[in-house]
Amino acid sequence: MMGRPAMKVLSPTAILGYGFPETSFAAAMGLSPDVIAVDAGSSDPGPYYLGAGVSFTNRAAVKRDLLIILKAARERGIPVLIGSAGGAGARPHLDWTVDIVREIARQEKLTGKLAVIPADVSTSSLLDSLADGDLIALPPGTPATEDDIAASTYVVAQMGEEPLIAALEAGADVIIAGRCYDPAVFAAVPIHRGYDKALALHMGKILECAAIASTPGSGSDCMIGTLDDTGFVLETVNPARVCTVASVAAHTLYEKSDPYRLPGPGGLLDLHETRFEQVDPGRVRVTGSRFVPSDGYFVKLEGARPVGYRTVSIAGARGPDFIAKVDEIIAGVRARVEDNFRDMPKGSWQLIFRIYGRDAVMGVLEPERATVSHELGIVIEAVADKQDDADTICSFARSTMLHFGYPGRVSTAGNLAFPYSPSDMKAGQVYAFSLYHLLKVADPVSPFPFELSNLEDAA
Amino acid sequence: MTRLSDVASVIRSKNAGPYELTFDIIFKDRAWFEEAKRINLINAALICSLYGVAEEDVIDIIAFEPANAIKATIKRPLVSGAIGETDVYGAQQHVPLLSVTFGSE
Repeated sequence: MMGRPAMKVLSPTAILGYGFPETSFAAAMGLSPDVIAVDAGSSDPGPYYLGAGVSFTNRAAVKRDLLIILKAARERGIPVLIGSAGGAGARPHLDWTVDIVREIARQEKLTGKLAVIPADVSTSSLLDSLADGDLIALPPGTPATEDDIAASTYVVAQMGEEPLIAALEAGADVIIAGRCYDPAVFAAVPIHRGYDKALALHMGKILECAAIASTPGSGSDCMIGTLDDTGFVLETVNPARVCTVASVAAHTLYEKSDPYRLPGPGGLLDLHETRFEQVDPGRVRVTGSRFVPSDGYFVKLEGARPVGYRTVSIAGARGPDFIAKVDEIIAGVRARVEDNFRDMPKGSWQLIFRIYGRDAVMGVLEPERATVSHELGIVIEAVADKQDDADTICSFARSTMLHFGYPGRVSTAGNLAFPYSPSDMKAGQVYAFSLYHLLKVADPVSPFPFELSNLEDAA
Repeated sequence: MTRLSDVASVIRSKNAGPYELTFDIIFKDRAWFEEAKRINLINAALICSLYGVAEEDVIDIIAFEPANAIKATIKRPLVSGAIGETDVYGAQQHVPLLSVTFGSE
């Protein structure tokens, strides 16, 4: 085992499209990385992007990052792996990213093998999985339902490193993958070359957010992981940032409920014996992480379904009498709306008042219930089965609140200040997460077959 | 009276998946981390009183020594992004923790 040359994995940015300084990237390339990998996605921005098939990142910003990465990697002949393409990693996000890759290849005359790996799961196969008991709820989530599956516009599964390795074995130089377990794109090449799976995955877990694990942290700067047979070393290439035990260990907490046990496809990363060690002022070495395979292979699903259409109106209130009575006024407006549109089916629309300056940020979790602000921001929101109905409810609630008469009112010209004309904005279709469950699969690779072509091929 | 915000370098909240909200308290040094552990400063009853949630909605409270950190995780009031959501990323729910005090010492 000893004597294998250490291998370097470069993570230029936390999310493809978040950018990185070109000076950092050039310095990182100067360290001769063996692979460049980027996690392009997250479910954090909410269900809309998956449900609507739209990226939460900007096309020009993604193209800028990809252009620099692809040119450098093809020049050196090192592989590039992009995971969770287009943010949510479903087919439209994948196609959107591949379109950018082909545009760059044409423009820069790049050649090489391109593997595209979809992560979509069909709703018909999921209904079978549900019937077979292969869909497992993740508490506090509730069991999946036929209705939620059937209504989902897109469902993706987080692939492990195995489908990426299958594409590498087929000769892929550039891999654009749909939804991935975040560390997979960083761990695939090391695992393929025989390095320890636990260390490779743990290194990927930290690299996936690029320089966020350094101090001062940044999601828009490069991080390099160097893996050997007993551990890995993390470093930045920007002299303004360093990796410290505190910054790296702190990142292990981020966005997870148990920092010692990190479940993923095929098993669990166990960090009980992990050691973080400061090798020099800027670099941290990590050892001792273990991988515990699960009984059966499970992948995590993410699905989203449409739940209606939204219209919002933004207003402000400054009058102390209005602010003191805002709850009574809201109740009065709500009653007027319900009465005026009692012909609209109950349950086909919802009206929400968000009171910024009181509890709009924390909602039911807010411990300070008394309003103390001298002005309030009010968002009037309607969600309905049809866009027209959302427009109607929002518009009527807005005009009613503007002119609502209440005891002691002195400002009889209007209760609200509107920053915009038009005052109401259509926010379009609204989505909700429909699935966040585990799916039992027979093997890690077959649900994620790759499509191989040449970078220089026309789309 | 020593407040958590005096002895922690990080107090933050964030989603841990769409169903959970997780709070991280990273102490400035090992001594305050040990003291917080010794007196069981961050406990389920405290989280319930700060956020008005039921005890069964406190999913886990874990001390993570490599980072001098204590982490608490609760069930989100709504699945992230559901109609009525107030904070899709869950990044602004940490404030009640800032004023937690170390008893009367």
